[in-house]
Amino acid sequence: MKDLLKKLAETFGPAGNEAQIRDVIREKVKGFVDEVETDAMGNLIAIRKGHGPRVMVAAHMDEIGVIVTHIDEKGFLRFSNIGGVSPFVLLGQKVIFANGTVGSCGMENLSEMKDLKLNKMFIDIGATDRDSASKKVSIGDIGGLYGEAHFIGDKVIAKSLDNRSGCAVLIKTLENLAERDIHNQIYAVFTVQEEVGLRGAKIAAYRVNPDIGFAVDVTRTGDTPESPAMAVKLGGGPTIKVKDSVVLTHPLVRQFMIDIAEKKDIPYQLEVLERGGTDTGPIHLTREGVPSGAISIPARYIHTPSEMADLNDIENAVKFLVAILESELGDRGTGYLTH
Amino acid sequence: MLLKTLTEAFGIPGQEQEIANILKEWISGNCDKVETDVLGNLIAIQSGKEGSPKVMLCAHMDEVGLMITFIEKSGALRFKPVGGIDPRVLVSKSVYIGRGRIPGVIGAKPIHLQKREEADVPFGIDDLFIDIGAKDKEEAERLVELGDGVIFTTTYEDLGTKRAKAKAFDDRAGCAILARLLTMDKKWSFTLQGVFSAQEEIDARGAQVASYRLEPDIAIVLESTTASDVPGSKKHLYSTMLGEGPALSHSDNRLLADPRILERLKEVAEKKNIPYQMRGLVGGYTDTSRIHLVREGVPCGAVSVPTRYIHSPASIIDKDDFENTFKLMVGFLDSIEERGLPF
Repeated sequence: MKDLLKKLAETFGPAGNEAQIRDVIREKVKGFVDEVETDAMGNLIAIRKGHGPRVMVAAHMDEIGVIVTHIDEKGFLRFSNIGGVSPFVLLGQKVIFANGTVGSCGMENLSEMKDLKLNKMFIDIGATDRDSASKKVSIGDIGGLYGEAHFIGDKVIAKSLDNRSGCAVLIKTLENLAERDIHNQIYAVFTVQEEVGLRGAKIAAYRVNPDIGFAVDVTRTGDTPESPAMAVKLGGGPTIKVKDSVVLTHPLVRQFMIDIAEKKDIPYQLEVLERGGTDTGPIHLTREGVPSGAISIPARYIHTPSEMADLNDIENAVKFLVAILESELGDRGTGYLTH
Repeated sequence: MLLKTLTEAFGIPGQEQEIANILKEWISGNCDKVETDVLGNLIAIQSGKEGSPKVMLCAHMDEVGLMITFIEKSGALRFKPVGGIDPRVLVSKSVYIGRGRIPGVIGAKPIHLQKREEADVPFGIDDLFIDIGAKDKEEAERLVELGDGVIFTTTYEDLGTKRAKAKAFDDRAGCAILARLLTMDKKWSFTLQGVFSAQEEIDARGAQVASYRLEPDIAIVLESTTASDVPGSKKHLYSTMLGEGPALSHSDNRLLADPRILERLKEVAEKKNIPYQMRGLVGGYTDTSRIHLVREGVPCGAVSVPTRYIHSPASIIDKDDFENTFKLMVGFLDSIEERGLPF
């Protein structure tokens, strides 16, 4: 798991630029499924064929980033955000572009730090003028955070655990299920453009037309000094989402998930996320509606280069997802949650 | 002249019939099918060969405007904006109300009656009203109804040697380009779906249903976009500049443009020697916000005519940019004919 997590977290793939991470994931999953497809926006859909209900499990593979909006005559890049990027987090950090160009994030001279905004910042790629900068980077190019993953005891610190930890869970789940005979048809979707508004999952869910849907993503915790109150902690087990900004989990799906966790003795926490959303949002509103739920991995310092998660939570999320996908799910509308 | 006719026409979101009628008359003779859908989108089809790709081009008919919401006893009309309008651009402007074009003036408490603290802050929507010269509510009600749309009275004029002023270049410039593409003698062998969309300014609603109906293989939106190349603006925040050619979008608030389409547009521009610029800002949205997420997804791009003072009573474009946007789109369609779709 550590090797997989490290590889996934360190791979380049901000929203709209998922080609590299998609190739990595495709290589990992293709031996575990019957078919692998890519759709119009670049979602990677790994399919385990079967005869039972269609189950979609989405884990977004994109990460937050920056987008170049202007190159000045001295070769400095002005930029804007791709997804939720705080200027305070970005200051002094390294970013990397698809072609490997690395830059440092600096700021204009400001009288007060609270005035720091992204349009007061720039990326320095070591160019001396516009022409030399333009050979490496163009307006519209998207960069990602740059950094290595580290393991400290049971904890991992890395960029993009949001949501490469969810991708790792989904890949390991497919590996676990590969040798087993299962009734359900599984559509494991590694989605694009989640960080810019849950876009990829929308068209993937339309295409898959699932009977039931799940997302695997990270969630916030309330266990750091003076943190906002939230009853989720690192190491407390994967969460069963109850609510976030874009979904109220179907009550029967929630109960079904709780029952499975209890039966299999998997530690879990109930998650009420006050701000933020995940792919469950667009999935549950697709076509005539799809009963949906989500498993989240608790993570601290989300959307920074130093996100932290607990490996036990990640391993337990795999066990949990395997148990869910192995359970007998009836057809939609006719007791789809019999188990 | 189509650009003059279109920019002076009436068409706030949800009330686009006048624009649709003008366009319909203009293009009908040259299209295989022209129809209007339930949201008021005007859809023109030039059918291609059996099994050929479906290429959708989309320009929105609606303009930002106001809507009458209340009539005071005095006959003054209260209103709300429909689409993004800065209230600071409204005071003392001449307007027309409804398709009957009832003239009026946007009024406010005069400066010499304002308290000191009032004079220090700009008027908000609630401080403003429209005066149509009615002496009371009864007289006003004979002329306007609640829900009537309001447009600015600005006429189209050429400015300098290459520029033009009008209201609603956003997006009548795009409509004019699309109408010209649909009325060319030249025909392509693929299916061309021209969509003049409704209600773009209020969340791109028309394009959502039109693209669901048409199921295109690719879509390009023809737009008018902000040019902030004016005094007081820093160069890295200009976004686009007048006279530098059509602006290609890499992204906005609600779209990451398909890179393969962007690449093809650049190739065509370079090959044909058509100037172009990359739109710098990542704010705003267009009809692509909806189109690219319809059904199983539609690869999308956006090409815009740079426009100063967008969403105000008077905006300015460069006519060379307008022509070059048209030429770029002809070249892009030719490239699909020659080489197929860019994916």
